[in-house]
Amino acid sequence: MIEFKNLSLTYPNGTQGLKNINIKINKGEFVVIVGLSGAGKSTFIRSINRLVTPTAGELHVEGEDILQYKGRDLRELRKKIGMIFQSYNLVHRSTVLKNVIAGRLGYTSTLRSIFNMYPTEDIELAYENLKRVNIENKLYSRADELSGGQQQRVSIARVLTQQPNVILADEPVASLDPPTSHQVMTYLKQINREDNITTIVNLHFIDMAMEYADRIIGMRDGEVVYDGPASKVNEGTFEEIYGRSIREEDMRGGKEDVES
Amino acid sequence: MKANIPAKPKNNLKLVKRLISVIAIIAIYVWTFASVNIEWSKIFSMRTIENFDRIIPRFFDPAFQETGSIMLKMIETVFIAYTGSLAAAIIAIPLAFLCASNIVKSRIVNQIGMWILGAVRAFPEVLLAIIFVAAVGPNPFAGVLAISVGSTGMLGKLYSEVIESIDMKIIESLESSGANKLQILFYGIFPQVLPEFLSYAIYRFEIDVRASSVLGVVGAGGIGTLITFAYLNRNWEEVGMILLVIIVVVTIIDQISSFIRKRLV
Amino acid sequence: MSNPNEKYVPKSLYPTKTKLTITLALVGIIGFYLISSIQTESFIVNFFLKIGNVTELVGRFFPPDWSYAQQVWSKLFETIHMAIISSTIATLISIPFCLLTARNITTNKYLYNTMRFILNIIRTVPDIVLAVVFVGLFGIGVFSGIIALIIFAIGILVKLMSETIESIDMNPSEAIKASGGNTLQIIWYAVVPQVLPQFISFGLYVFEVNIRASVVLGLVGAGGVGQLINTQINFLNYPAVMTIVIIIFVVVVIIDYISSKLREGLV
Ligand SMILES: Nc1ncnc2c1ncn2[C@@H]1O[C@H](COP(=O)(O)OP(=O)(O)OP(=O)(O)O)[C@@H](O)[C@H]1O
Ligand SMILES: [Mg+2]
Repeated sequence: MIEFKNLSLTYPNGTQGLKNINIKINKGEFVVIVGLSGAGKSTFIRSINRLVTPTAGELHVEGEDILQYKGRDLRELRKKIGMIFQSYNLVHRSTVLKNVIAGRLGYTSTLRSIFNMYPTEDIELAYENLKRVNIENKLYSRADELSGGQQQRVSIARVLTQQPNVILADEPVASLDPPTSHQVMTYLKQINREDNITTIVNLHFIDMAMEYADRIIGMRDGEVVYDGPASKVNEGTFEEIYGRSIREEDMRGGKEDVES
Repeated sequence: MKANIPAKPKNNLKLVKRLISVIAIIAIYVWTFASVNIEWSKIFSMRTIENFDRIIPRFFDPAFQETGSIMLKMIETVFIAYTGSLAAAIIAIPLAFLCASNIVKSRIVNQIGMWILGAVRAFPEVLLAIIFVAAVGPNPFAGVLAISVGSTGMLGKLYSEVIESIDMKIIESLESSGANKLQILFYGIFPQVLPEFLSYAIYRFEIDVRASSVLGVVGAGGIGTLITFAYLNRNWEEVGMILLVIIVVVTIIDQISSFIRKRLV
Repeated sequence: MSNPNEKYVPKSLYPTKTKLTITLALVGIIGFYLISSIQTESFIVNFFLKIGNVTELVGRFFPPDWSYAQQVWSKLFETIHMAIISSTIATLISIPFCLLTARNITTNKYLYNTMRFILNIIRTVPDIVLAVVFVGLFGIGVFSGIIALIIFAIGILVKLMSETIESIDMNPSEAIKASGGNTLQIIWYAVVPQVLPQFISFGLYVFEVNIRASVVLGLVGAGGVGQLINTQINFLNYPAVMTIVIIIFVVVVIIDYISSKLREGLV
């Protein structure tokens, strides 16, 4: 369980990224965060694994306030929270397998990881996870030889190899075309269901949010302006969150292409 | 235990290649370390310690009274570098056009041009200086010649890369408006390449200031002459002062040059 | 003020200010050229005045004395060995220093600026001065030359390497950080794969530079083939000098060729 208690974050330059957030996210939920650019979605997500540090309030992950974490504690926290990025963040020159096994770094001593001495189970785990996202045949390809969708699937496999309790995804499909976007979201949803991993995804496409989310959190100017089950959401809700009418660019579309 | 995953596809050719290169590298290092002749006993000896005691304090007590004469030689060094770089900056232009495959469409001419520039670059500048000193006597002129020939090699190559990257659409549009070859050169090509040419020429001048500090060792003028004398006389205070002057002057020139180059682009 | 009936006609293709700047720059460039070329006796006419010497020059250097080649090989190999050893050691030493002079790795401003300052100074010291000092300290021989070359090469390498590090993609390091990796793991998994091929390539480049530089060093007794040149010039034995020059030229061409092929393969 993740709990934001009166959480605020002010960046060093004075920008208020988060303003007094109070949110509780339960185990196994699939939460989608929507909001315009600059609303604070990334700041929200990156607070949870402390890539940014909130400046006031409390943030509890599995019952412990994580804001005081440093060094070893912080790494332990991050080990249990997987993160997926918009630009995949793979090491281009390394092989797919090497990128995926990097998910085990938190579990592996520095010396072992430098000499690539991973336990057999870890390598098998990495391979299993590649299979789950159907990219196992690219095992030994260099990461930069893959398409965007394939790279994002590799990064999902990397996160799975971490065996996390929580997966954070910051605009995971923003660089992908519509059919590939749906494919990636489908994998995330499937993993969320099968492994009961709490999943928090930033999106700015409202059709995708409605399709995949259990629960939708709307943000504007660093504040939570909407929080409710996806089933209760309609276009009107989004117009409230965005503070403007819905436009074409807010839709991803392309669902039909996948099914056909 | 072996992980239960598909084995890495074996590429035998790659494996053999890698094996050969590893063996070659090891062989080169073994050869190097086996044959290099360092007399350790001489280096870690009382004499070295004495040398340190004698030289270091004198080196860090530079001969400020020599500042005037050293400055004069340093200015001569800068002059040599400047004259040489400027000559090279101009001579390199026609050569660069010969090498640029989008301007001169004959591959043979391109190749010959590249070959000349490559050959010039392969000559260490001191060797050029030795030859020119023999030809025109031990004076700054020899240094200027060595610098200009050496710099032409590098500038020609860099220039030709610049020319090859220009936007050819502009040339086409000029051609279709009826401009002749020379007009195209002045209106279509030079405006695109001159700022970068200039930037490279200034960058080369930075290098040439350093290079011409060395040439005096073989008699080609500049501060290198003083370095040799000071060294032969074991005048470490003067070596220290020369170094100080070089550091100051080169730093100033580097700063000015990078300031100008930033404004150019 | 302006007369509405008067039509504005641009007087020139360029704004006056641009024209003024260009004119001033040209005057400066040419003026400085005049001063420096006269001071160095290399004004354009000098070329024609001294062109007569060229025939004499050819006569003095040619034909090269090929029998002397026998004596060149061992010193030539010494030059190559010096370059190999110094480039290798310099590359290894440069690695920690280039991390310290890369803005995206060393976030401490004072440390970064101090390191930059020191390296900029090192890069202004000519190889010959380094050689002179180390020959003074350690005596004539290869060792002094190697030390001089190492320091000379570090100046070049650290600059190139730190620029490479500053230009890497920081996204993978963020991913490793987010999955719980420590600093060493971040460097090893996200930074090293991105920069390693470049570093090896720079190592080879510095090897090429060191081959050339070690010719100079020999002139002041710091080992290598330059020492031979020095003796032969003192004996005024120009055909032998020419032999050495040609051999060095050929070796440099071959080494540059091999090294550039290797570097192409890397990147
Ligand atoms: N490192 C930073 N320093 C200063 N201000 C920042 C920083 N990162 C983000 N901000 C500011 O904080 C606010 C929220 O940014 P955030 O990146 O969380 O928005 P977002 O909703 O993710 O937007 P987008 O959809 O564009 O990614 C913005 O006003 C942004 O300019
Ligand atoms: Mg964002």
